[in-house]
Amino acid sequence: MRLITHNMLQCHVKGCNANNFPLDFQDVSLEQQEAELNEDFLRNMLGKIEYGALVATCLKLNITDLPSTMPADANTNEEFLQALHRVMLETHVISGKMVCPNCSHIYIIRDGIPNMLLAEHEV
Amino acid sequence: MSRPEHQAPPEIIYGGDEAKKYTGNSRIAAIQAEMASRAVELLNLPEGSPGYILDVGCGSGLSGEVLEEYGHIWVGFDIAPAMLEVALEQEASGDLFLQDAGQGMAFRPGTFDGCISISVLQWLCNADKASHHPKARLIRFFSTLYSSLKRGARAIFQFYPENDDQIQLIMGVAVRCGFEGGLVVDYPNSRKAKKFYLCLFAGQEVQGVKQQ
Ligand SMILES: [Zn+2]
Repeated sequence: MRLITHNMLQCHVKGCNANNFPLDFQDVSLEQQEAELNEDFLRNMLGKIEYGALVATCLKLNITDLPSTMPADANTNEEFLQALHRVMLETHVISGKMVCPNCSHIYIIRDGIPNMLLAEHEV
Repeated sequence: MSRPEHQAPPEIIYGGDEAKKYTGNSRIAAIQAEMASRAVELLNLPEGSPGYILDVGCGSGLSGEVLEEYGHIWVGFDIAPAMLEVALEQEASGDLFLQDAGQGMAFRPGTFDGCISISVLQWLCNADKASHHPKARLIRFFSTLYSSLKRGARAIFQFYPENDDQIQLIMGVAVRCGFEGGLVVDYPNSRKAKKFYLCLFAGQEVQGVKQQ
């Protein structure tokens, strides 16, 4: 799973509707996988990213490539778009856990695939 | 011919060997790709604008490959681990999740520019466990899907409806969850080639307003 997708995820346990984002990474292993830079795609996503959560998640993973606030000229800022690309589309979480900050549900990640299945009482 | 969704849950039907067979069968693969292409067309996204697309029941990533060819970045989920394993072996380009559509989506509101789903929806109408209530699962699925889509985005489902009642049930739930839309039928006069696409619209696009 790429970090961009983690930024779009929230806990979906029944009744867990507040403070359920971002899911907290624990014991994760990361892998960099090269991908073609797609600036149009990144521009499309700028309005959807929760930037503060992205930066906080990155810091926790010792990724320090991103400025603490999104530059005002993000749309045209090549250097920023490249950093965003590296972080969001080339950084993959291969294994570990995601823990909900609200209900503490643990989503396990194996082979890069998070298990989002819930027990019957959590649906 | 008995329908596979009547025999066992999808994660059983598409277990290890069947997952490989399904993916390795070039005739099935070609039909899947053709239907995925049609579904992407029906998304009606602006030419040359790469979207962030959800693939519901992505299987081994056949439809994801089509999304990639159209220049989109995709995220897919499936309930069959063996299918996802094949997707990994084939180095699928999308992010993969192990997830049950009937339990709903775990994505923030307004995340996706579109959603496609190939040959999956009829499975959701089954009760594979005593605790499964098809209508409740459809409601959970469509309501969370609606929220995860950008306003104005479309969700296109190619599926094999069992009968008119099933179509009415699905449409009724989708509308109740906020969607508008209808059914597109390709090759309506061919018993073999006939294909159903449920085309849903997630409200009207709001211009100049940041998606929440
Ligand atoms: Zn939670």
